[in-house]
Amino acid sequence: MVGRYQELSASPGAGLWSPPRGTSVELASAGKQVGIGVAEMAVQSEGMEAAGPYDRARALNAFKLGDVTFYWATRACAISVLFVLGGIIISLIVGAWPAIREYGLSFLFTSRWAPSADPPVLGALGPIYGTLVTSVIAMMIAIPVGLGIAIFLTELCPQLLRRPIGMAVELLAGIPSIIYGMWGFFVLGPFLADSFQPLAIRLFDGVPLLGTIFAGPPSYLSLFNAALILAIMVLPFITAISVDVFKTVPPVLKEAAYGVGCTTWEVVRNVVIPYTRVGVIGGIMLALGRALGETMAVTFIIGNSFHITGSVFSPGTTISAAIASEFAESDGLHQSGLILLGLLLFALTFFVLGAARLMLLRLDHKAGK
Amino acid sequence: MQFIKSILAAGIVAASTSALAVDITGAGATFPFPLYSKWADAYKKETGNGLNYQSIGSGAGIKQIQAKTVTFGASDMPLKAEQLEKDGLLQWPQAIGALVPVVNLEGIKPGELIFSGEVLGDIYLGKIKKWDDPAITKLNPKLKLPGEAITVVRRSDGSGTTFVWTDYLSKVNAEWKSKVGAGTAVEWPTGVGAKGNEGVAGNVGQTRNSIGYVEYAYAKQTKLTYAGVVNKAGKAVQPTVQSFQAAAANAEWAKSPGYYVILTDQPGETSWPITGATFILMHKAPVDKAASAEAIKFFKWAFEKGDRIAEELDYIPMPDAVVKLIEKTWSADIKS
Repeated sequence: MVGRYQELSASPGAGLWSPPRGTSVELASAGKQVGIGVAEMAVQSEGMEAAGPYDRARALNAFKLGDVTFYWATRACAISVLFVLGGIIISLIVGAWPAIREYGLSFLFTSRWAPSADPPVLGALGPIYGTLVTSVIAMMIAIPVGLGIAIFLTELCPQLLRRPIGMAVELLAGIPSIIYGMWGFFVLGPFLADSFQPLAIRLFDGVPLLGTIFAGPPSYLSLFNAALILAIMVLPFITAISVDVFKTVPPVLKEAAYGVGCTTWEVVRNVVIPYTRVGVIGGIMLALGRALGETMAVTFIIGNSFHITGSVFSPGTTISAAIASEFAESDGLHQSGLILLGLLLFALTFFVLGAARLMLLRLDHKAGK
Repeated sequence: MQFIKSILAAGIVAASTSALAVDITGAGATFPFPLYSKWADAYKKETGNGLNYQSIGSGAGIKQIQAKTVTFGASDMPLKAEQLEKDGLLQWPQAIGALVPVVNLEGIKPGELIFSGEVLGDIYLGKIKKWDDPAITKLNPKLKLPGEAITVVRRSDGSGTTFVWTDYLSKVNAEWKSKVGAGTAVEWPTGVGAKGNEGVAGNVGQTRNSIGYVEYAYAKQTKLTYAGVVNKAGKAVQPTVQSFQAAAANAEWAKSPGYYVILTDQPGETSWPITGATFILMHKAPVDKAASAEAIKFFKWAFEKGDRIAEELDYIPMPDAVVKLIEKTWSADIKS
């Protein structure tokens, strides 16, 4: 700024506006007192040739300090995430160590959970079984429905409906999990126990395998109810990511397919899905990661029982539900066992999410090609 | 308007409590928390001395008093005499509560259904699966019970309530004793787990053909269908303040070191079989003698003037004979 003034005043009448001489001198001398201002002024008013390389270096150096500070500040922010992550892993391992030493690998294969026995017997098989069963059932429900919504939204939906349906799905993702828990407890649980469960039990009674899976009695709190709630909760993840990747399909491919007489189903089946397969699987894995770790809603409606039965209508527990309901009053080996459960869940979700990232990354490569 | 006023009043009370030094601090069982906080309010109005009680659970309460971070600890599960000796602690019962079995059965009114300890144990073992099981209908010949499966509801978190319940089942059902035993968290053979008394009450209220166990106060507040139980003398009794008091009076407090009496399955024709005392733990040689003396003053006041408040909240005050014993213990054992 100061330099600009000087330039104007050095050639009176050159500009439309010419400040009184006295003012410009004052401004210039004020500028000289500030080292940085002088360097900049020199560059601007006298041109590049006149300003020596020395001045330019100084000017840049002055900026460099700010830049370096900024660089390190942001880097520290980013690195702190790694520290937090590492700290969590280390403290989990330290907390779980007594249980690891006591039970070793048998922790994974013992189905008994008896913290008050003497000595305590702790086995993670019940929670692991519950976690996997609820997540698998949830995915079996959520994948077809989620993909269905995504295909409808991108291929078939009239423009008018697109926004309301898209927003409804997004809102589904915004509902806090405790609300799902309460709704599942007061509304969905009784409804399923009175209508769907008796029907399924009667239908499959005596059928091998299915008869065991859908064995009675109907229960307000069960693995199946929890899985259904989970399915609703992860639906938005699958839909949102699928919509995004479906949009990456080049219109020319689809148009070509339509051109040779394909139906919409054939286009989706043979063009859209194969083209976006990796991305869709990535989205599904993200949803699976969420389903594995979901705590509050599941704790409400799963029944918190460590017994493994073949029936999906019987109460069970998941890793996170077991921790949530027992941690407050636990101590000693019991607490350590719960922390070990947490470590298992951490590892499980870490691998699932890692696989998801990897697949989405591969899709990016493909799109970039 | 009244509501806003009371909120303001509560805020002012809270502010003034925190402004003054609160000498008496305690932590432990959640079950007596409503009673202790009501007592503390009344005590503060009368004497100006405050009490800060944190309901963090019996187990945590025992840990805190062992670590000497609080003036007194509270537990629903008494410590054995050897343990008390080891930690230099004094223990006494402060109030009594009772558990009731609650059911959700269509057409059954509170108090109509009768259980025996044996039957309750078998239901919780998963041996009795249906409501029209001969073992239940034999006790209730006049009632028409459905042929539906029983949904067993129990606690999923560790709890003094569960300790009293499983202790009772261990005393009256041999198979329960050998297979499950008593504890704050046990290896449940069957049933669905719910968190807290309110969780069990909510689940039973919600689930048809279910059974659960809750503190009497919760059953009363949530208007659940409670059931009568056959006691040690072979009489079917209803959960009433009188039957709870009978159980407390018939216990042999004087002969038990550290007042280690678990009030379940007590003798007496009118005794309610599933009662439990809630205990206070203090150091015999406290670090802060002044705070300790203040705490004893509070408990003495509670024994003398707190009975009405206790009864209002459906707790049972300690019988006078027992209070005399406890006061003797105080003057004999606590160094001031």
